[in-house]
Amino acid sequence: MDKAFEVLWRIIAGASLVAFVSPPFLFLFGVIDSSALMLYLQQVVSGVANGCVYALVALGIVLIYKATETINFAQGEILMIGAFLAFTFINILGMNFWLGALLAAGGTALVGMGVDRIIIRPMVGQPAFAIVMVTIGFGFVARSAVSMVPGWGTDSYAIERPFAADVFTWGEIAISYDHAMIVATTVVLCAALFLFFRYTKLGIAMQASSQNQLAAYYMGIPVRQIFTLIWGLSAGVAGLAGLMLAPFTFVHTNMGMVVFRAFPAAVLGGFGSIPGAIVGGIIIGIVESLSGFYLDEGIKNVAAYVVLLLVLVLKPEGIFGVVHRKKV
Amino acid sequence: MAKDKSDAILSVRNIETFYGPIMAIRGVSLDVKKGSMVTVLGANGAGKSTILKTISGIMDTQKGTVTFEGKNITNMDPARVVKRGISQVPEGREVFPLLTVAENLKMGAYLRHDRAGIHQDLEMCYDYFPVLRERAGQIAGQLSGGQQQMLAISRALMSRPKLLALDEPSLGLSPLLVREIFAIIRRINKEQGVTVLLVEQNANIALHTADYGYVLEVGRIVLEGACADLLENDDVKEFYLGLKDHGVRGKRRWKKRKVWR
Repeated sequence: MDKAFEVLWRIIAGASLVAFVSPPFLFLFGVIDSSALMLYLQQVVSGVANGCVYALVALGIVLIYKATETINFAQGEILMIGAFLAFTFINILGMNFWLGALLAAGGTALVGMGVDRIIIRPMVGQPAFAIVMVTIGFGFVARSAVSMVPGWGTDSYAIERPFAADVFTWGEIAISYDHAMIVATTVVLCAALFLFFRYTKLGIAMQASSQNQLAAYYMGIPVRQIFTLIWGLSAGVAGLAGLMLAPFTFVHTNMGMVVFRAFPAAVLGGFGSIPGAIVGGIIIGIVESLSGFYLDEGIKNVAAYVVLLLVLVLKPEGIFGVVHRKKV
Repeated sequence: MAKDKSDAILSVRNIETFYGPIMAIRGVSLDVKKGSMVTVLGANGAGKSTILKTISGIMDTQKGTVTFEGKNITNMDPARVVKRGISQVPEGREVFPLLTVAENLKMGAYLRHDRAGIHQDLEMCYDYFPVLRERAGQIAGQLSGGQQQMLAISRALMSRPKLLALDEPSLGLSPLLVREIFAIIRRINKEQGVTVLLVEQNANIALHTADYGYVLEVGRIVLEGACADLLENDDVKEFYLGLKDHGVRGKRRWKKRKVWR
């Protein structure tokens, strides 16, 4: 009986995959015309852009998880704080957009480091469950605290951008500058992170501390400080994601809900894999955008979890997930 | 040798270390003479690894002192102990599995900033263990157990330690490989002038390699002496080397006095 269900799941997964990638082939075989194809590509492009935001949030969660084995449920709230900081620097203080973005990312990184230093580090050695609950608690506190800050409150704001909410066309596909900026930023950020982890001493030390904490202590690597830096890095990435999400969801206290797209993205990619988080985020973004367009609007909200369900049933370790076993 | 405390690079005095309520080390004292190779022998659970953990600051002792080069390093932060010149090869190798061999070695030199010196030491490690040079770009998790042990030793050497502490380097290796690795450890000890503190279960190879030995039982030192003497000791022969004295009727002697504690 289990076998039959598995086959059923595989058929569902295969059929949805075929449905999602079929339009270009249908066009090649002359089944649909070019305007239908363009509509499809349009959805894919906006899906990729949204997916990049999910990917960045998932990336932050995975970074912290890999290093400290803590799942940070407050990643969304950190993103929200980042967006509010950007709003403050750019709208309230009237700074240049790019300078404001940099300062907001830096400020969010400091918030992340503070969270680790003040809340997480004293909890080290407690059960993982307790630490996870603390991050959830911090999320609630952060949401309330932000709503009490004068000038922030519970309203929604839009961040002023140097480019209007305009579009440019690429072939027949219209791409908004907001979407283009998201994709460009994500690409640059991923490249920078790759180089950082691959070639700098600090980056390698971060990998070392997350792979074998005890050995890292023996090498004289200041593991605790490294963890704080990882929290900072992850929060900084989330801050940038918040800034980029702002044109679509606006800046408000509940914008952190985007984590409910980022968690499926992280799991889909194989929790603990950085490339997996990026790919997972983009897949979730595309699926959401396509299903929202072609199916009922409500499907959009559950699409991420349907994908997650299929992946967990058929390939529980995720796309890039590998089970590393220690050799003795 | 141990009576002459003046030239000891490392002195441990009456340390008592606990795992929660369990007393693992019950007042251990030992001295490691500069440039020598000292071994601590003991069975499972005797507290050998705990001594090393206490020295390197991973675990804190409740009582007693650890002195290195005349300075008190009791319960010091692990990073500062490494900086003072004590480097450890942990039990079970503990390499960074997803980093390459070269990156693992680079992490061994984390606290150093002299590029030329680091490069020189890297070459030295590659000369002692040529297989690591061949595998420099491979990730450490893919190495065999013996190669991982070589990597762990080299990684510890990369901090240019004055004292190299090894925790059971023979664990899980073939007898031939154990002999090869111990020979290289001895060469490093002689050629680089690195003092070696070796914790081992394999008494035979340890006593044949080191200069001076301590025997640890349930958290206490019960016997110490030059390795050549320990090899002749009846109790060591019986309990650690597995050489039994058979009586007239081929039975084990019952009444012969064991080491008393």
